[in-house]
Amino acid sequence: MGIINLDHISGNPLLPEVQAAMIEAVRTNYGNPSSPHHLGDQAAEALEQARQSVARLINSASPKEIVFTSGGTESINHAIKGVAAAKREQGRHIIASNIEHNSVLKTLRRLMGFGYTVTSVPVDGDGRVNPDDIAKAITDKTILISIMHSNNEIGTIQPIEEIARIAREKKVIFHTDAVTSIGVVPIDVRKLGVDLLSFAANQFHGPAGVGGLYIRKGTSIWPLLDGGAQENNRRAGTENLISIIGMGVAAQLAAKEMGARLNHVKKLRDRLLKGLNEKIDDIYINGHPEHCLPNIVSVSISYIEGESIVLMLEEEGIAVSTRSACASGSLRASHVLSSIGRDWASAQGTLVISFGKDNTEGEIDRFLDVLVTVVQTLRNMSPLYVRAKG
Amino acid sequence: MYSKTVMDHFKNPRNVGEMKDPDGVGEVGNPICGDMMKVFIKVRDERIDDIKFLTFGCGAAIAVSSMMTEMAKGKTIDEARNITNKSVADALEGLPKNKLHCSNLGADALQLAIKNYEDRKAGKPVAQEEGQDKHEHIHGGKCQCPYCDADLVGGAEFCANCGQVIEHEH
Repeated sequence: MGIINLDHISGNPLLPEVQAAMIEAVRTNYGNPSSPHHLGDQAAEALEQARQSVARLINSASPKEIVFTSGGTESINHAIKGVAAAKREQGRHIIASNIEHNSVLKTLRRLMGFGYTVTSVPVDGDGRVNPDDIAKAITDKTILISIMHSNNEIGTIQPIEEIARIAREKKVIFHTDAVTSIGVVPIDVRKLGVDLLSFAANQFHGPAGVGGLYIRKGTSIWPLLDGGAQENNRRAGTENLISIIGMGVAAQLAAKEMGARLNHVKKLRDRLLKGLNEKIDDIYINGHPEHCLPNIVSVSISYIEGESIVLMLEEEGIAVSTRSACASGSLRASHVLSSIGRDWASAQGTLVISFGKDNTEGEIDRFLDVLVTVVQTLRNMSPLYVRAKG
Repeated sequence: MYSKTVMDHFKNPRNVGEMKDPDGVGEVGNPICGDMMKVFIKVRDERIDDIKFLTFGCGAAIAVSSMMTEMAKGKTIDEARNITNKSVADALEGLPKNKLHCSNLGADALQLAIKNYEDRKAGKPVAQEEGQDKHEHIHGGKCQCPYCDADLVGGAEFCANCGQVIEHEH
């Protein structure tokens, strides 16, 4: 029996078309896009083609607004540090939500060491930011607002358009981390009204280690990496062409198949939620019931701990993720779960189940069957369960 | 990530369950990581005749509990006193570094159960058996960088040595 991958947030399979394009590029497209000869031209053409595909996926006004990076983390670092540097004379205040990814939070912590101040905006029990809180937090020293499009642990989608409107009125640059959303739900940077948007290819069946930053024309931002003139002087360093080509193909397919993929994962999500609610008691589904990604379910299972669930599922050939403290190498409960009000015990027993176009309803059913057994085994071992159930 | 022995004890934990009328009970919990263990012992002729555990925790915590009960079963009370967190971790062929902190509760729970047994025997007022929180800060007054082990200046945002952002628990 093959592995059932219900951890798409961590890794998506490369689509065959993406693999083929990358293998072909490995064989034939080894030039440097900056070289003024045929090999360079061929590489530059492939690079720009990929840029167009990505620009189309997010409906950017021009491919020139896309800067290729080494992935979501670099894009986010670039967005935040780049704006902080460019606007440092105007002010040093930044606003973010308290459930941002570590790439945002740790970057902000770094900047705090350099005299920047950060207002951390809370979220409600479903993980949503209230745009009014952001409006209230803005001062004449605010230079940047960074709010994620969707959350990587609970899938909640934020009211990005509203926040963008507020940011525009107050003339504050707005960045959104769209890493978990891109290719999963439609992203239209013009409709959203954002200035900066970070993304990575591995979330839409492209390769890992490549991504991009959308920079709306006219946005003040400095480069993160200095050196050559690549990427319109915005990101020095020879481009990771093979991976960028893979991302371009993945972007084309994501745009083309968006509707079908959405329907498929929504069906899987509904089936999973129904099964969880019917088969296991004392669980909580985390995140907003409607404003949420269709390909992710976060469930807190009372009385037991997430890593032990993951290990037991692994024995049955099922890959899921936990964002709980012990498994992630950090010893604290997830900041996202504590922000939405989960107590430490139920936050510990949280699974993040994420799926994609390659998963089937049969896999969801098999997962549910195995999960029921695993949960009962661990609960029978748990002092919390024994105490609660007597 | 885990040794074969850890996985064996995790998958087939020994001595799981609650015990009726135990002679001693020990419970430890760690509110930061969330691991929690409860150990029950039955003592006959100063020997641990039977032992059971309940554990809420990660794979390492469950394996530690199971191994600790195996090591304690059949031992005299005096012998069982020599079981330490380190000897349990060694018997499991080691634990990942970040799990030592989380899962070093097995021997602590056992020692509490022994103390509870002796207090009962001596007719002493028995300390509260449920929900004892024995978690202490491992680093005492001094903080080390979790990435490079360099000493940290209290409240520093970054490690001056390796530049990593430091999260403060308190």
